Amino acid sequence: MTKPLVAIRSVAKNFGEFQALKNVSLDVWPGEVMCLIGASGSGKTTLLRCINQLAVIDSGGIWLDGELLGVREQSGRLHRLSEREIGRQRLKTGMVFQRFNLFPHKTALENIIEGPLQVQGRKSDEVHAEAIELLRRVGLSAKADSYPAQLSGGQQQRVAIARALAMKPMLMLFDEPTSALDPELVGEVLAVMKELAKSGMTMMVVTHELGFAREVADRVVYMDQGAIVEQGRASDVLGAPREERTKAFLSAVI
Amino acid sequence: MKPAPALAEGFPDLSGMRIAREPHWFRWLSAALIVLVLAAIARAFANGQIEWSYVSRFITAKVILEGIVNTMVMAVLAMALGIFLGIVVAIMRLSPNPVLKTVAAGYTWLFRGTPLILQLLLWFNLALVFPTIGIPGLWSARAVDVMTPFLAALLGLGINQGAYTSEVMRAGMLSVDIGQYEAAQAIGMGRLRALRRIILPQAMRVVIPPLGNEFIGMVKATSLASVIQYPEVLHNAENIYYANSRVIELLIVAGLWYLLVVSILTPLQMLLERRFARGTLRFAR
Repeated sequence: MTKPLVAIRSVAKNFGEFQALKNVSLDVWPGEVMCLIGASGSGKTTLLRCINQLAVIDSGGIWLDGELLGVREQSGRLHRLSEREIGRQRLKTGMVFQRFNLFPHKTALENIIEGPLQVQGRKSDEVHAEAIELLRRVGLSAKADSYPAQLSGGQQQRVAIARALAMKPMLMLFDEPTSALDPELVGEVLAVMKELAKSGMTMMVVTHELGFAREVADRVVYMDQGAIVEQGRASDVLGAPREERTKAFLSAVI
Repeated sequence: MKPAPALAEGFPDLSGMRIAREPHWFRWLSAALIVLVLAAIARAFANGQIEWSYVSRFITAKVILEGIVNTMVMAVLAMALGIFLGIVVAIMRLSPNPVLKTVAAGYTWLFRGTPLILQLLLWFNLALVFPTIGIPGLWSARAVDVMTPFLAALLGLGINQGAYTSEVMRAGMLSVDIGQYEAAQAIGMGRLRALRRIILPQAMRVVIPPLGNEFIGMVKATSLASVIQYPEVLHNAENIYYANSRVIELLIVAGLWYLLVVSILTPLQMLLERRFARGTLRFAR
């Protein structure tokens, strides 16, 4: 019997008075492509950030690849993991940000090799060869020595995807990867993501691109006010939503 | 395709005409006035009680040259100590650990809150408080022997500079987008590695202009070390005029040297800025 790659159980997260996540439970299965949709403030980005531990959950638990994230259970209490252990757990996930967050003082190639060289301590020539292959995969072989400021938004985001893949993650997290892009550049990033989905990568994608969700997602999860309202096959959730809130959201977006 | 509609009459073609030069009367007038004032000042100094031959004789005197070398050595070493302390204290200040935060804030408060000349005098006179210093059981020495003018000046200037530099460095780190820190974490970096590899290199671009300012201030602040007998250029100039009473001439000598050094530093700073501007110019390469 296969186990879920990500198991989220009764997770809550508050920012002061604001409840960003309320009692969220969810499984993500190996190889699955999941799209999270919902209005801004619905908690979908926060959920991704909790899985990557950029945000720390207030209660509940998240297991990645069978391992509890951020804390260790010992004699009936939870103890926070050290920064080093959290860093090790983060290596299992790759994160792609809305605003790319490439390192501006490093070239495209240097952005990609930074993690494998500095964090994983791998061999330089091996890492270089892989980085060049990754750049080819995202269609940017010619841009290896360009700085982020010399690249278009779509190119930057593709480098950012390559940077995340260079760490060989089991799970890729995409936080609105096309929201900061000019409309004509969205397609090139989505194409790279589709190719990645086809290769069998497990992906969680926060997105407003319903077309992408319909075409690529195995499952669509609709969130509102910090809770999962509805989930299921893309054709069901997007085509024939059962919940009133989902219907209202979809009719507002399309 | 439809032909473009005919253009309306009455708007002549200006493409062959050039824009006439403006006369700028006021600029010429004000420049002439300033030249006049400068000439008057120069004449006053030329006829004043200054023996210019002393200036030209002492500007390359061995003692003065040694003095300016000592000034530069002290400025560079104290600034290096100041930048090192500044980075460490800025990192402590931005750490989540309340103990480190408080220690850093206390350091800045203490050394920014007292005059530099007082700190120099305190370091130099440390022997009055602790006649012998050392590590119990391992090593000890008389404080008067250890606390030379050089060491007292280095500690006084460097530690004071660290308090100011820490705030410059902190501002630089705060100027880096939070997304950079998150991206570094997302590829598994810890806090210190993210600071060293990602945040500090980007902060440097922002902090070099204020650090250049601070370094120019440091070059001149070394003159305060003359009160604790450190043989920098002003101290040596003073020693000469105690002997020959040519006070103004030797002060001019020292002043010219300070001006020269500061003039050389400005282009050096531009070179450094270019080095750290990597990746910020869209079409540069």
